[in-house]
Amino acid sequence: MLIRLLALVRKEFLALLKDRRSRMVLIVPPMIQLLVFGYAATFDLKDIPFAVYNEDRGAASRDLVAAFDGAPAFRRVATLRAQHEIAPLVDLRETLVVLHIGPRFSAGLLSGDSAPVQLIVDGRNSNTAMIALGYARQVVDRYNREWIAARGLPAPPARLESRAWFNPNLESRWFFVPGIIGMLTLVTTMLVTALTVAREREQGTFDQLLVTPLRPGEILLGKALPGFLIGMVQGTVILLIATLWFKVPLLGSLPALYAGLAVFLLSGVGAGLLISSLAVTQQQGLLGAFLFMVPAVILSGFATPIANMPQAVQTITLIDPLRYFLVILRKVFLEGAGFDVLAHQYWPMALIAVVSLGLAGWLFRNRMY
Amino acid sequence: MTARRGGAAMRGGAAMRLKGLVRKEFLQIVRDPSSIAIAFVMPIFLLLLFGYGVSLDADHLPVALVAEAPSADSADFFASLEGSHYFKPLRTSTLADAEEALRQGRVNAIVHLGADFAARLRRPGGAPIQLIVNGVDANTARLTQGYVEGAWGNWLARRAEARGQALATPVRLEQRIWFNSEVKSRNYLVPGLVAIIMTLIGTLLTALVMAREWERGTLEALLVTPASMTEVLLGKLVAYFVLGTGGMLLTVGMAVFLFEVPLRGSFWVLWACASLFLLAALGMGLTISSLARNQFVAGQVAIIGTFLPAFLLSGFIFDIDSMPPVVQGITHVIVARYFVSIVQTLFLAGDVWAVVLPNAAALALMAAVFLAITWRKSRKRLE
Repeated sequence: MLIRLLALVRKEFLALLKDRRSRMVLIVPPMIQLLVFGYAATFDLKDIPFAVYNEDRGAASRDLVAAFDGAPAFRRVATLRAQHEIAPLVDLRETLVVLHIGPRFSAGLLSGDSAPVQLIVDGRNSNTAMIALGYARQVVDRYNREWIAARGLPAPPARLESRAWFNPNLESRWFFVPGIIGMLTLVTTMLVTALTVAREREQGTFDQLLVTPLRPGEILLGKALPGFLIGMVQGTVILLIATLWFKVPLLGSLPALYAGLAVFLLSGVGAGLLISSLAVTQQQGLLGAFLFMVPAVILSGFATPIANMPQAVQTITLIDPLRYFLVILRKVFLEGAGFDVLAHQYWPMALIAVVSLGLAGWLFRNRMY
Repeated sequence: MTARRGGAAMRGGAAMRLKGLVRKEFLQIVRDPSSIAIAFVMPIFLLLLFGYGVSLDADHLPVALVAEAPSADSADFFASLEGSHYFKPLRTSTLADAEEALRQGRVNAIVHLGADFAARLRRPGGAPIQLIVNGVDANTARLTQGYVEGAWGNWLARRAEARGQALATPVRLEQRIWFNSEVKSRNYLVPGLVAIIMTLIGTLLTALVMAREWERGTLEALLVTPASMTEVLLGKLVAYFVLGTGGMLLTVGMAVFLFEVPLRGSFWVLWACASLFLLAALGMGLTISSLARNQFVAGQVAIIGTFLPAFLLSGFIFDIDSMPPVVQGITHVIVARYFVSIVQTLFLAGDVWAVVLPNAAALALMAAVFLAITWRKSRKRLE
C-alpha cells in the first residue's frame, strides 16, 4: 500500500514540477511577493505632502509652521497665498493636508485665548486621512506643551501617558508581515490543489486513476501530500525572510507556530481539493479557487479587523481557516504566545480540514458527470 | 430569410465572420456556466460580503478601566469613556486582572488611574492617566489612543468649564475632512472594491480561454477557416467585454444604490474609464492565457498574479506614497492602481480631469500593450 501511495505522490510531484513554467510559478513569486508586499503593506505614513496657507504674520504662526516642517512625517509641498489656491491642490491629490492659519492667530494666542488653526484633509481615503490627522494632532500637542512650559502657564490637571505593549513603536509592518506569511501559504495551497483534480477530470485521466487498485483515501492522500509539503517548505522560507530580513521579532514558541502551519495547510489543502473535485473543468476550478481565496483573505482580519464587521459577517468568518492562523502567527510572533493561549485556534482549523478532506474524498468516487 | 443572408454575404466576409465568432464565444459561455457565474454571481457575492464586511471604522473597542482607589474624580473620568460609543468598557478592580484580560485578547487597552489620582489632580504637577494599548494591530492601537485622547480632552474642558477656569490649550486644531466628511471608510473602500473585483473578473474571464483552445487544438481548427487570428481575438474580446460590462454595471449600481456611496462625478466618464479598464483587465487575462498555452499554468499565474497584487499594491487600502520608491515603481504595472485612483476620485470628489485623464491614458496604454502581446504571441505559432 505504501509503495502504491509513494508512486502516486511521486506522480503528483512530477505533474506539478515537470513543467518549467509551473516550477517557476511555485518557487519565485512567493518570495518576491513577500518582499514587495512586506514593504507595501503598512498603515504608517511617510512624507505626508502638506501645504501651508498662513495669513498671520506673527512669530507664533511661524513657529507652528516650523514645527510641522520639522516633523519627520510631514513634507511641505506648497506655500499658498490665497484661499482659492487650496481646492485645486487638494483635488489633484498633490497635497493630503492643508494647514490654514487665520490672520488673528498670533494676536489671539498672545492675548491668552485659545487660537484656532484649520486643518483641511483629503478624505478620499478616510483611513489615511485619520492617520494624518493623528500625526498633526501630535505636532500641535507638542507645540502646546512647549508654549505652556515657556510661559509658565498652569498645566492641565491630568495628563495622558500612553504605552503600547508588544509593539512599542506601533510599527504596522510588525502586524502585516506575519499576516502575509499566512496569505501566501494559502495562495500556494490553492495553486497546487485547486486545479489538480479538475485537470484530470477534464483530460479523462481521473477515471483511469479510479480504476487502479488505489482506494479513494489513498488518492486523497496522494493529492494532498504535495500541497502540504510544498506549503511547509515555502512557509519555512518566508518565515526566515520575515525574521531575518524584515526583523519582525519572533518571541513565542516555534513548535506552536509550526503546529498552526501544519493544521492550516491541511485545511487549505482540503478546501482546494474540495473545490477541485466539485469542478468539472479547470475554468470552474479556477472560479472556485477565487471564490474561496478572495473572501478568505479579505475577511480574515488581515487588513481590516474582524471586530469592525457586522455580526452576520463575523459569523461567516468562523469558517475561514486563515482567520485562526493569523491569530496564531501574530500572537506567536509579537506576544510570545505558546500552545496554552492558542488552544482555541487549532481545533476549528482541524475541523475544517477533516470536513473538507472527507467531502473531497467522497466526491472523488461519487461525483460523476 | 434568404434575402437577409444574401445581404450579409454581400456586405463582405469580415463583419459576418466576426459576428459568427462572437456567436461561437457566446455559445461556449452559455455551455459552461462558470463564465456567467464569474461575470454576474461573483461581483454580487463579493461586493455584498466586502461592502458590509470591510470597515476600518472601529467602535465599541473593548477597554479595561482600573481605578486603584475609586473616587468621585475617577468615576467622573470613566463616565466620559463609558458614554462614548467608541468604547466597550470592562471594569476590573486590579491592574493585574486588566493585564491578564489584555494578554488574552479580551480587551484592546487599559486605562489605569493610580491610587493617588484624586489627590494629585489638585496638586500643581497634575495626575497621570496611564493608557496601555495592545500594539500588535498598530492601526487599531493608534485609533484607540486617539479616541482616549479625545475623551480626555473633552473631560478636561468640561471640568475646567464647571470650575470657571480657562483651559490651557493654546492652539486648537479644527479639522475639515473634505470629500468624506463623516469619515466613513466604506465610502472609499466600496469604490476600491469595485476596482479590485472587476480586475479579478476581467482577468478570470479570459485567463483560460486562449490556453483552452491551444490545449484542445481547437485554435488550429479555427485557423484553417477564413477567419484571421485578429478576428478570432476580436471575437473573444467583444464577447467577454459585453459580459464584463454587465458585471461592471452591476457593481457600480450596487455601490450607488445599496451602499449609498455618493457618485459625484459623471456616470459617463465612469463608463468610459471602466471600458478602458475592462479592456486592460481582459487583455491581461488574454496575455496570461496566450503566454501559458496551458490551462493549468495559466490558472496558476492568474491566482498569483491578480488578486494579491491588486489587493495590496493598488492603493485600495495601503497608501502608495508611503511605500519605498522601488515598490512604488512596481505599482505602476498594476492595472488596478489606475482604476482605483479614478474610481475614488469620480465617486468622492467629482470629475477632476487632472486625475482622470493621466490615469485613463495609462489604462489605454496598458490595454494596448496587453492586446499587442496577445496578438503577437498568437500569431507566431502560425508561422
